Amino acid sequence: MVNENGIKLKVRNLEISYGDTVALSGVNLDIHEHEIFGIIGPANSGKTSLLKAINRMDQFTKGMHYSGDIHFSGRDVRHLKNIYALRSRIGVVFPLPVGLPMSIYDNVALSPRLRGIKNKKELDEIVERCLTRAALLDEVKDRLHTLGSLLSGGQQQRLTIARALSQEPELLILDEFSIAVDPVTTMRIEDILKDLKKDMTIILVTNLVQQARRLAKRVAFFLNGECVEIGNTEDLFTGKTMDQRTTDYIQGKFG
Amino acid sequence: MEDLNSISLNSQNEKNIGSDQLDQRNLDWYIDKAVSMIVFIAGISAIIFIVGIFLFIAKEGLSFIIKDMDFTEFFTSPYWEPSDEDAPEYGILALILGTASVTGLAMLIAIPFSLGTAIYISEFATGRTKEFLKILVELLAAIPSVVWGFIGLTIMNPIIIKLFNVPVGLNILNAGVILGLMAAPIMTSIAEDTLKAVPDHYREAAEALGATKWQMIYKVVLPAAKNGLLGAVLLGVGRGFGETMAVLMATGHSINIPTSIFDSVRALTATIAAELGETAQGSEHYGALFTIGIFLFLITFIINLSADLIIRGVRKK
Repeated sequence: MVNENGIKLKVRNLEISYGDTVALSGVNLDIHEHEIFGIIGPANSGKTSLLKAINRMDQFTKGMHYSGDIHFSGRDVRHLKNIYALRSRIGVVFPLPVGLPMSIYDNVALSPRLRGIKNKKELDEIVERCLTRAALLDEVKDRLHTLGSLLSGGQQQRLTIARALSQEPELLILDEFSIAVDPVTTMRIEDILKDLKKDMTIILVTNLVQQARRLAKRVAFFLNGECVEIGNTEDLFTGKTMDQRTTDYIQGKFG
Repeated sequence: MEDLNSISLNSQNEKNIGSDQLDQRNLDWYIDKAVSMIVFIAGISAIIFIVGIFLFIAKEGLSFIIKDMDFTEFFTSPYWEPSDEDAPEYGILALILGTASVTGLAMLIAIPFSLGTAIYISEFATGRTKEFLKILVELLAAIPSVVWGFIGLTIMNPIIIKLFNVPVGLNILNAGVILGLMAAPIMTSIAEDTLKAVPDHYREAAEALGATKWQMIYKVVLPAAKNGLLGAVLLGVGRGFGETMAVLMATGHSINIPTSIFDSVRALTATIAAELGETAQGSEHYGALFTIGIFLFLITFIINLSADLIIRGVRKK
């Protein structure tokens, strides 16, 4: 697979629109392998639309249309013959935890099973490994076969992360994962992410600017469908910004 | 806040307009009471009517059950010969088998059709196609059963005779197909409602995992909806057991222990419909027909109740 100098995801001149409304335009991004890339910005700034375009979920969103280029591992995602394979390499964690209405075990084993793994022992290993990495195993190991949707919000979010990890993704996308999670769990998940960085590329969409500062090496600031600025986290947070709006947002003057 | 306090604390303060209004029931209050009374009466009367109907049927059948009925004969004898003057026999085994075989065949036909249609409407169809199909399905559900019976009698009958080279086309096959087509729309409608109730974020989550559409439906949507789907099937079964007119017209209405789908049979419901008008009120035959009524009532009641409990189970989750 072509890796242009370790760039996992390359976005060029991306414009996303819903019907006649432009949700996002003029986005150019390079996301490197094994980095945590933060995307910050207030609601309605086009962050989630970008994520949908990356793993081709645009197909299921009525009226969503995009132009420009998105290259994943050097491949143009719009000209792939098997978008299911693309999605299985990109793990997504949604804002609200989604425990599928099946057992905890089956939740995590779903993706390996979709890939065709049937061997019980192999599945057991995957489930155990993913739950451990998502820091959930200790809390649920006695009830792996109870419904995943009965877990608490924070546990379900870690279950969602475990499920995303079971895909063995090359790219993990977290879309405001801490919205429905308490601060303690949030910190635990942040620790997990720091550790996961060595195995995969992570895109962290968040509206908690401090979270982006704690985790991401580089940050993009989105505002009203525009990518205002991309820079090193430390630069942006110490006031070395190109655009005044970035500083204002980071310092909490609006948003 | 301070104003409020002074109102409630200083009752001597006559100038406060608010203090009187607090103790006055206005028109809105009476309308509210009246409406809740009317709704209560309407609601309770439905229950009273159903209990009343059951009591009436039970009363008419009771004398037969107590005096003349032989339980073993009633449920195990295949001979339904109420008009035999010397020794009338009341065995409903053939009728039970008639109803069961027709309903069974109908479900074999209706379940795949209705589930398939429901999955198509809910998961694949979009926009106008979807709306059009939903309206069409509801329209089909509204076709009167006598029309279905008519179709069985005049269209299905010659087709079956020609196709399978049998002497009579009014049989289990005919009634089963007709009943299946009749039950399918209502089952589709309920199954589609159940599938629609599966939250979209389940679908998104499955798709994000890389599931294909069919994998998503099979692994996530159907399991999530399984109780509601089972409820839809049971309602279809209930419909099959209770259906009278179409079955009367399409089965051939002859008493038989069926051995193949080309045998004519007679259904429990059709027997009541066809014979009740010719019996003397209070006679043994009359009581026997009402006993069948009680039996049917209990069966449909159990089927509907379990369907209801199962569907309720879905909502709780």
